[in-house]
Amino acid sequence: MKTESKILLSLGLFFGIMCAVYWRWSVENAGGVMMFAGMLLCFLPGSYYYWWSRRMKERPEDNPNATQEEGAGFVGTFPGSSIWPFVLGMGAFFSVLALVFGIWFLLPGLFLGGWAVLGGSGEGRRGGKH
Amino acid sequence: MTDVLNPTHVHEEDHGHEEHHGPTGILKWMTTTDHKVIGMSYTITAVMMLVIGGLFAEIIRAQLASPNAGLVSLAQYNQLFTMHGSVMIYLFAGPFAFGALANFLVPIQIGAPDMAFPRLNALSYWLYLTGCITMLSGFFTSGGAANFGWVGYAPLSNSMNSPGAGADLWIGALLLTGFSAIFTGVNLAATIFYLRAPGMTMFRMPIFTWNMLVTGILILLAFPVLTAGLIMLYCDRHFGTHIFSVAGGGVPVLWQHIFWFWGHPEVYILALPFFGMVSEIIPVFSKKPTFGYKGMIFATLTIAALSLGVWAHHMFTTGVVLLPFFSAMSLLIAVPTGIKMFNWIGSMWRGQVWFSTAMLMSIGFVITFLIGGITGIYLASPPLDFFTHDTYFVVAHFHSVVMALVLGGMAGLYYWGPKMTGFLLNEKIGKSQFWFLFIGTQLFTFPQYLLGLRGMPRRMAVYPHDAQWQFLNQLSSLGAALIGISTILFVVNVVVSWKKYPAGDNPWDGHTLEWFTTSPPPHHNFYRLPKIRSERPTWDYNHPEHKALAHGHNNDGVNA
Amino acid sequence: MESTTLPPQDAPIRKRRTRRLRLIAALPIAALALAGCTLPKFGAVEGDTTSSQSVFHLWQWFSVAAVIIGGFTFALIVWAAFRYRRKSDDVIPRQVQYHLPAEVLYTIIPILVIIGLFAATLVVENKVVANPKTDVTVDVLAFQWGWKFTYPGSYALVYGQTTASPEMVIPAGENVHINLRSSDVIHGFYVHDFNFSRFAQPGIKNEFTFNALKTGTFFGQCTQLCGLYHSLMFFKVKVVTPEAYQVWLKSFNTPAGIAAYNAAKNASSQQTSSHVDTKPTSSSGAN
Repeated sequence: MKTESKILLSLGLFFGIMCAVYWRWSVENAGGVMMFAGMLLCFLPGSYYYWWSRRMKERPEDNPNATQEEGAGFVGTFPGSSIWPFVLGMGAFFSVLALVFGIWFLLPGLFLGGWAVLGGSGEGRRGGKH
Repeated sequence: MTDVLNPTHVHEEDHGHEEHHGPTGILKWMTTTDHKVIGMSYTITAVMMLVIGGLFAEIIRAQLASPNAGLVSLAQYNQLFTMHGSVMIYLFAGPFAFGALANFLVPIQIGAPDMAFPRLNALSYWLYLTGCITMLSGFFTSGGAANFGWVGYAPLSNSMNSPGAGADLWIGALLLTGFSAIFTGVNLAATIFYLRAPGMTMFRMPIFTWNMLVTGILILLAFPVLTAGLIMLYCDRHFGTHIFSVAGGGVPVLWQHIFWFWGHPEVYILALPFFGMVSEIIPVFSKKPTFGYKGMIFATLTIAALSLGVWAHHMFTTGVVLLPFFSAMSLLIAVPTGIKMFNWIGSMWRGQVWFSTAMLMSIGFVITFLIGGITGIYLASPPLDFFTHDTYFVVAHFHSVVMALVLGGMAGLYYWGPKMTGFLLNEKIGKSQFWFLFIGTQLFTFPQYLLGLRGMPRRMAVYPHDAQWQFLNQLSSLGAALIGISTILFVVNVVVSWKKYPAGDNPWDGHTLEWFTTSPPPHHNFYRLPKIRSERPTWDYNHPEHKALAHGHNNDGVNA
Repeated sequence: MESTTLPPQDAPIRKRRTRRLRLIAALPIAALALAGCTLPKFGAVEGDTTSSQSVFHLWQWFSVAAVIIGGFTFALIVWAAFRYRRKSDDVIPRQVQYHLPAEVLYTIIPILVIIGLFAATLVVENKVVANPKTDVTVDVLAFQWGWKFTYPGSYALVYGQTTASPEMVIPAGENVHINLRSSDVIHGFYVHDFNFSRFAQPGIKNEFTFNALKTGTFFGQCTQLCGLYHSLMFFKVKVVTPEAYQVWLKSFNTPAGIAAYNAAKNASSQQTSSHVDTKPTSSSGAN
């Protein structure tokens, strides 16, 4: 994971330098705050990957000489079909319409959203259908 | 949810690939989590948005073909260009760039069975679709759709100047599509970091995947800023806050800072995926490897990094931004863009160039982006921006670059469409589509550069007769008509070619992993995977005696 | 670090290729040299003020760079497409994938060009945003959908909406200082023949100075979307001789003129509230 961490950390460093130059030189604060936040957003996963990359053993995808057999076995769980993204999407849709057409739209919006959160988490625990 | 195992065997009947007791018909589409189906849904929806946005454009150009025209009223015109820009940028270009082909291709190009978070991927699509419905329903409200430009500057977008549901629907739609994009960004980064096949090191990934990774990171950095700004705007409109209004102690120009801090990375979020597409297509149709692979990656990262520091070059005329900083940063972006341009040329250089439709579109992309990019250099200089800002010079500049992206997108559809659907598109119709699109684009944009230099401002519903702008406007409208014809030709091509010419696994002698599997790929993408020893695993498998010269970069010092 | 040693038979090809490239690059430069010292206008106008002329020259030099670099790159693309079109389906070309000297070259040269463009930009920018001693001051107020011009120290008042196209009268050859404000939304103050525009914003006073060279009437327009009649928000700038300007100014010292001025002042004091006056921005950006 070294490459991944280096990408994020160098992006963060670049933003930090840009932010420092900008803040020193400019008269407005919004840009400085936004660039500073961008720097933090890069440092957070970047440093996590860096810390982790020094402790993990080499994954097959980081090994330039790996063969496909080395990656054999469990790759991940990939839910085959699920109604919950659609339900949650509809919940978000109605909640946003509440912004426009009245707060009563939050009723179906939050209901569908909540139902999807519960249903989706349950599906994840149970294993769901293929 | 089944556990997916790495397809290390050659057998084809593993792991219940054929046992699908799942739902059928429309319920199957509503519950799909397959990145290929989601990518296809994004593609179809995005192309529909392209057609709708294009219709608005044709009405605009028809209005502008004569001075003081009365085809549409002043109020309708303001809605037209607002919705044209909004539909094209928020509902077509963005989702097509990072939701359509990327969703389909990225997992296959790295040898993964699906995206890291398939259900989140599906949610992204539903948020996008409902966002489209939300934005377009503004036309059916009594006040009409949003009419304050696709950038929604405060104070024009506040409740006093833009009352009505159309504006709120615009805000709501951007909230939905914004979260859709953020979730896609999460998926892209996680998939690329964690699901690569054995041997697929970071520096063996295809350029398209690299660009999608950087796009994903940019999405995560930029989109939350827009979302926050939209919430602030909504609060100003409905909850009595005064964030952007002077009367309550607020600062209107803050909207511009927030909007453009998102807005400029956004245009690179739009551009990088198409850069990636073209970066793959040109080498394949030149029968050579990507020229300057590491330089391309370096250039992409530099563009992304710089793009977060140039936002106020859209605000030079406000008088309250640090001109030299943003001018220098904006001029610098020309350097990595130039590196990419010369690398594309280098990929063709001394190759065997095959002018398929995809390759023609790609070359059209490179030429058009060259023009648009160079006119951007002018705009990076504040004194030159002072007299071109908000004129048709700027309109021509950004239409040059986005039409280049459309050319690139068409290249992508002609190149990867067969992989997605299993059938080839008709090359003859494709080539005529290309010529209409390319010539139409230049005829559309060049008069607008001159119009801007002659003083015609943008967002003008009518213009005076004695300004003598009519001839150039007519030329530009003719160009727009040619572009419209090219779009019709594309739809005709899809209908005429439907399921006609089977593509086979690898019709183009492609280099990357997606050309190793069937067209369309099976459930979980691969029956088997080849050994991966360079960024061209399929080419190496098919042409083992023509590996890329010099082992230093790709093979990490290993003779495979 | 340099590219793999090429077999001897490639050397002549490489020399031929670089010679061809130099020829392609030389053509636009030669054309410019033949054109003599007067550069083409490249679509822009010299304009009527001292700073508009500097901006015009900057435009010309940017265009020279654009034509050379754009023309060279375009020629490369077209050349590559034609010269290397496939001759047969079976030939697989040499799988070259990098050439470090070329890559370094087309990284360094654009950086140098950019530095040059930036330096030229700074020089002209300092001229345009400079704040010299001024002889005339005009307060410009933009509103939906017209313009109001007042001249501090006099009763002069010009006011008009949309196509009434109010006329700002200024003397030629003198430094004219503009204080630009808006009372509602953002508008754009744009005069084509001055090669200049600036936002009029609520809560911000934008200041700039120009010096008109010749007399004449120049058209202006709002360029920033401001609502329904944005397309019709015209104004004019009339540059007259200093003597004619003084005559014009004094023509407002009539009872009717003074009454109109006072009426407008009372009306506008109810319109806007707090103003945040910023000092004019110089290139250093420091206030």
